[in-house]
Amino acid sequence: MSTSDPRPAIPDLTRPDGELRSEAGPYFGDFGGRFLPEALVPALDELRETYEKAVLDPEFIEELQRLAREYTGRPSLLSEAPRFSQLAGGARILLKREDLNHTGSHKINNVLGQALLTKRMGKTRLIAETGAGQHGVATATAAALFGLDCTIYMGEEDTERQALNVARMRLLGAEVVAVTQGSRTLKDAINEAFRDWVANVESTHYLLGTVAGPHPFPVMVRDFHRIIGEEAREQTLEVAGRLPDAVVACVGGGSNAMGIFHAFLDDTDPLVRLVGCEAGGDGIATGRHSATIGGGTAGVLHGARSFVMQDEDGQTIPSHSISAGLDYPSVGPEHAWLADIGRAEYRAIDDGPAMEAFALLSMTEGIMPAIESAHALAGALELGRELGEDAVILVSLSGRGDKDVDTASRWFGLVGDGPASGDLAALRAQARATSDSTDPKETR
Amino acid sequence: MTATDTHRLRSAEAIDAARAENRAALIGYLPVGYPDLAGSIDAARVLIDHGADMIELGLPYSDPVMDGPIIQKAASASLAGGTRTRHVIEAVEALSGRGAAILVMSYWNPILAYGPDAFARDLAAAGGAGVITPDLIPDEGADWIAASEEHGVDRVFLVAPSSPRDRLAHVVSHTRGFVYAASTMGVTGTRASVSAATEGLVERTRAAGAQNVCVGLGVSNGDQAAQVGAYADGVIVGSAFVRALLENEGDGTASRTALAAVADDLRSGVERARR
Repeated sequence: MSTSDPRPAIPDLTRPDGELRSEAGPYFGDFGGRFLPEALVPALDELRETYEKAVLDPEFIEELQRLAREYTGRPSLLSEAPRFSQLAGGARILLKREDLNHTGSHKINNVLGQALLTKRMGKTRLIAETGAGQHGVATATAAALFGLDCTIYMGEEDTERQALNVARMRLLGAEVVAVTQGSRTLKDAINEAFRDWVANVESTHYLLGTVAGPHPFPVMVRDFHRIIGEEAREQTLEVAGRLPDAVVACVGGGSNAMGIFHAFLDDTDPLVRLVGCEAGGDGIATGRHSATIGGGTAGVLHGARSFVMQDEDGQTIPSHSISAGLDYPSVGPEHAWLADIGRAEYRAIDDGPAMEAFALLSMTEGIMPAIESAHALAGALELGRELGEDAVILVSLSGRGDKDVDTASRWFGLVGDGPASGDLAALRAQARATSDSTDPKETR
Repeated sequence: MTATDTHRLRSAEAIDAARAENRAALIGYLPVGYPDLAGSIDAARVLIDHGADMIELGLPYSDPVMDGPIIQKAASASLAGGTRTRHVIEAVEALSGRGAAILVMSYWNPILAYGPDAFARDLAAAGGAGVITPDLIPDEGADWIAASEEHGVDRVFLVAPSSPRDRLAHVVSHTRGFVYAASTMGVTGTRASVSAATEGLVERTRAAGAQNVCVGLGVSNGDQAAQVGAYADGVIVGSAFVRALLENEGDGTASRTALAAVADDLRSGVERARR
């Protein structure tokens, strides 16, 4: 679409038509709800009421649109990936470029919305959890923009593997607290953020970064990200002349996936397949993974009933993934429901294929994805080979990979003493072969 | 009503017995399985022998969002030591019939995984009085309300300083046994003082229809127990006991001595509160 034709109604946060798209919580089938201490009920009620009023307030919508346009840089591009497509069985891969947003990921969409609500509630402090650091950076950014105090909780293990983002948050003026409890990853950061929230709820908004948690978070966060799918649906119609055969996104908590899936939920005839790529880690069979839908069971964690990685006593099993942002042992309740009713399908992408896709997109298209997004790209490679060259596959490129250079360098043996886990030379040969052997799809 | 009902002491009975002595009930919390299963049962017996009217047995959970560092530490040590949900039922069985009402405090997911009906059934059969559910609000508790009714198990929901009148009424109407009033907006832990606003919360909870209101969070010594016991029907203490265990880890005799000293101090607090 052209920037001279700004569409007036995006983001339009009012309830859309459509059987599946109009779901507004607090329950999605058997999932969702508010499983949290009574002390937080008034804050959740206040947030829900503030949100419901805001979405009907033209001033709020205009401010959100202005920020999306002038601060985030929306609409984000839809890019063809002609050489990468050759590796996907010739299927046409279209990349929704959330990596080009300010702060480098989709997270900013939700953060700006909730920061505006924070001001409306008269609160002066933001707290947030972060895994990869993308949501923490986005929250620290919004705090700077709106003049709010900011504390980010991050698992100690994640502060080590995402040191660059820790520095970014501190440089933006936020306090970063390394959480040393439990498995020292995202779930423990969320626990600590809830503890802070209950103690400071009068002054503080908990800016939850994904479509999980108690109502209204799953609905509200999804709605702030709906713009991803709404733009991408129009852009795909424009460049491909039809809807995609499949929409692919990575799923940790699942915010970028819900954001891009939502616009397509009711596109069932012809069917637009919705494919969520969970982190398979070392492989589901090893138990060291984060594939909650693929390998978890129904339960309650962090305020919602959803799928949870848990033992038979209901104790959470620590998740694992090379991607800090997907390393979470539950998933948003709307995803649990979409899996349950069969509208979306979820597959596990192990660390190895994700890192291959990371390198392959970098070397075929000059776009370095976040390792989170690389799981979706690996899923697109699989799916493309299954569907063949007539297929159109829309991929949510949810974030950029700068923060992951250290992890990737170690994986491919470019730095460090350990043995390389991936063969960069072989991937480079694959990438070179695409450019040499096939005509780029420039006619499209 | 099952046959065991006649033998088990319910929380309202324990509170009434204390009330007959013109004092608040003393309620002690300990996590099951810390330092180990036998050690935690032994510790609870010390509390009962030193004046606790009720025992709250904590079911250790991997993600305790309402707990501060002291209880988190003991609970994770307990889980690392292999504590299972069935051990909590075993501990209830070992402690019932000794003159104190035995409750379980558990986050919701372990009960959900066990099966709410099975948990209520097994708890009642073991002689347990009821369950405190810190992260379950009545709105989400239909299964639990049905199960606890069916098996005659007390259902303790929480109120907080932030609770408005309609929430208080809602919680009170679904509670059985006593209402747990959190003295502060925050997590479990010892605090230098208990907020003066707590008395107002207890009054508002009674005005919403509660017969019994017990106060927890932050109470750790006899003076605080005396202050809270002047207006509350029960005083709940957790972290102070758990700290006594943590500070004497590996020394059973010293642990028992330290627990007894904390319990004696608290008991004397509730006894002098209304004099």
